Amino acid sequence: MSKILMPNRRQFLMNSAGLAGAAALSGLLPAGAARAAGLTVGFIYVGPKDDFGYNQSHAEGAAAVKAIEGVTVVEEEQVPETVDVQKTMESMIGFDGATLLFPTSFGYFDPHILAVAPKNPNVRFEHCGGLWTPANPTNVGSYFGYIGMGQYLNGIAAGYATKSKKIGFVAAKPIPQVLLNINSFLLGARAVDPTITCQVIFTGEWSLAVKEAEATNALADQGVDVITCHVDGPKVVMETGAGRGMYLCGYHANQSALAPEKYLTGAEWNWAKVYTDMVKTTLAGGTIENFVRGGLADGFIKMSPLGPAVTPEARTRFEAVQAEIMKGGFAAIKGPLKDNKGNVVATEGQSFVETDVALESMDYLVEGVVGSTS
Amino acid sequence: MSLHVDEMTGLAGRTGFLTEAGARRIEAALLPLAALVAGMAVFALFLALLGKSPAEFYALVFKAGFGTAFSWTNTLTRAAPLLLAALCVALPARLGLVIIGGEGAIVLGGVAAGAVAMLMPGLPASVGIALMALAGMAVGGFWIGAVGALRHLRGVNETISSLLMAYIAIALMNHLIEGPLRDPASLNKPSTAPLPEAWRIGEMPGIGVHWGLAFGILACILAFVLIERTTVGFAARIVGGNVRAAEIQGLPAGTLAIGFTALGGAFAGLAGMVEVAAIHGSANASLAAGYGYTGILIAFLARHNGLAIIPAAILFAGIEASSGLVQRRMDLPDATVLVLEGMVFIAILLSDTLQGRIRFLAFLERRLR
Repeated sequence: MSKILMPNRRQFLMNSAGLAGAAALSGLLPAGAARAAGLTVGFIYVGPKDDFGYNQSHAEGAAAVKAIEGVTVVEEEQVPETVDVQKTMESMIGFDGATLLFPTSFGYFDPHILAVAPKNPNVRFEHCGGLWTPANPTNVGSYFGYIGMGQYLNGIAAGYATKSKKIGFVAAKPIPQVLLNINSFLLGARAVDPTITCQVIFTGEWSLAVKEAEATNALADQGVDVITCHVDGPKVVMETGAGRGMYLCGYHANQSALAPEKYLTGAEWNWAKVYTDMVKTTLAGGTIENFVRGGLADGFIKMSPLGPAVTPEARTRFEAVQAEIMKGGFAAIKGPLKDNKGNVVATEGQSFVETDVALESMDYLVEGVVGSTS
Repeated sequence: MSLHVDEMTGLAGRTGFLTEAGARRIEAALLPLAALVAGMAVFALFLALLGKSPAEFYALVFKAGFGTAFSWTNTLTRAAPLLLAALCVALPARLGLVIIGGEGAIVLGGVAAGAVAMLMPGLPASVGIALMALAGMAVGGFWIGAVGALRHLRGVNETISSLLMAYIAIALMNHLIEGPLRDPASLNKPSTAPLPEAWRIGEMPGIGVHWGLAFGILACILAFVLIERTTVGFAARIVGGNVRAAEIQGLPAGTLAIGFTALGGAFAGLAGMVEVAAIHGSANASLAAGYGYTGILIAFLARHNGLAIIPAAILFAGIEASSGLVQRRMDLPDATVLVLEGMVFIAILLSDTLQGRIRFLAFLERRLR
């Protein structure tokens, strides 16, 4: 400590020299001087990487990439969807020599990746969210997974666990991805018992712990006894729900450690597989496809191991439906189906399989969901 | 034009090398600088206790904030909105009003700019950009001017009301971009319609920083001239010194309060417009990025002096620009540089109480009497 408070002359000179040296070096050498041999991969997260949710799922993918021979991983968390992320990408390219970037938040794509990518044609940008079109730069790619199927399976587990026939969903914003998850969750539960209803509460923000806790408590007060969510970090919902005696279905990552007795299962991203594949392709000199999608069968998503509260009967059904989904072509949204305002969303015989693009502009909640999109 | 108040009172104090006002200026500059160093030293101690090298930390901050051409581009780009956000605090502060809700004017200024682009996309680009700027400034000015009016007309505490109005502003922004102003094509990130390409504010030639930086610096200079070199600014400073005395002198304290809060809000609204026109290309929830709150620290660091805001904003922008490299190289959490900013802020607030109490400076002043 005394070193810091009262440096002697020699230490002072050393530190000053170090500072001056760093300044001189950074001024003289090209920014990529510190570049390591092999491939440097950058991961950028919008929130904390230990959030038990969206960001953690990507950080788990990054951890898998770290284990690959010849790969250096650099990470940065809590990067807002502003000019911050543009500068973080450029900083990873310039200071760390990264040539493959995974800016993982949905809002990083337009305008931020689209602004930085054309200036860095030798860097590959892989964005999670599935927005790439052929009009976008060719060194940009996007990937996403059909996680609605995971929420459908959550619904199967919830359908067997609920006593009150009321299940609940804490949601961030009424956007298509979230609406598909809510609808899938209810339809999974209704495949078990058609009288089940799902109460949804929107918090309005991706990460707002206080409102998430309030919403969970409000659902518990209304008699909801199984809960899931779509917010960035499900930790608050899971802990609050368990505290109120509800069964839990996870989302984004595995939250069973938060309440092992109450945790039924969860819809998880499996970015470890996706990222490992992409990095290995790059190392082998190949090119990652610009538009990549996958579901359960492709290993893009996976289910948390079933918890102790799942009955043998539920387990059998769960595994049967999972096997069905693995075959491909499964549709959770199929007719006859109405939205919760009485409008027909699918006629008799009409079905929307998981890969159907029409699902990506979903703007309704199906019959049986209690709540409103606006 | 009227004289600076210190010059008026300090004329008698001229000696061989310096006026008394000059000595005060030296003190006014030295104290925050010393506080800055003290804040950094305390933070270095924290780092050392965590087993991290303070030298490495500050070397990284320097490298990523100011050490390379890219670092300067990064820093100056980040400084652009902070300059305008700081003015939203500094201008009212000269009248003794502590406004901390500039964030509200920024987000609504951005939404106003996005709305102009959405409703009148057929206009020529120059007219469109000017209209966006005017709309942003008008809405921002109205929002913070309302805080000044509430203060003057109803005696509502301006600090609290500006903060609460910032929450209202963010809720209003969310309502507008998810409802009436939403571009139906913005599925998973609700936004207003994208600006026409020609309406985007580009980069200044050669330095890779958008024109918002020039707007910010110009605004700071204008604010300095207004406060320090005009009768209106002089009147505002008198009000800041003693409202009742100013009123007895016949100065329109209420009008000044509303005018200066509105002007500060207009600058913050302009910051929102620049974010939309230079960075995002549409108005969306990313407008609430916290620039309004960083602006508070900068304004206090600059002691609410328009010109001093420029280096203060660049310093804070540089510290924030280094956050990523510090995370990546030293494995420190992202909040690290926020802690540093907080310590510097506290040190600077404390340094205010030392004014006139430092022996060396007091000696300097005594010699002049």
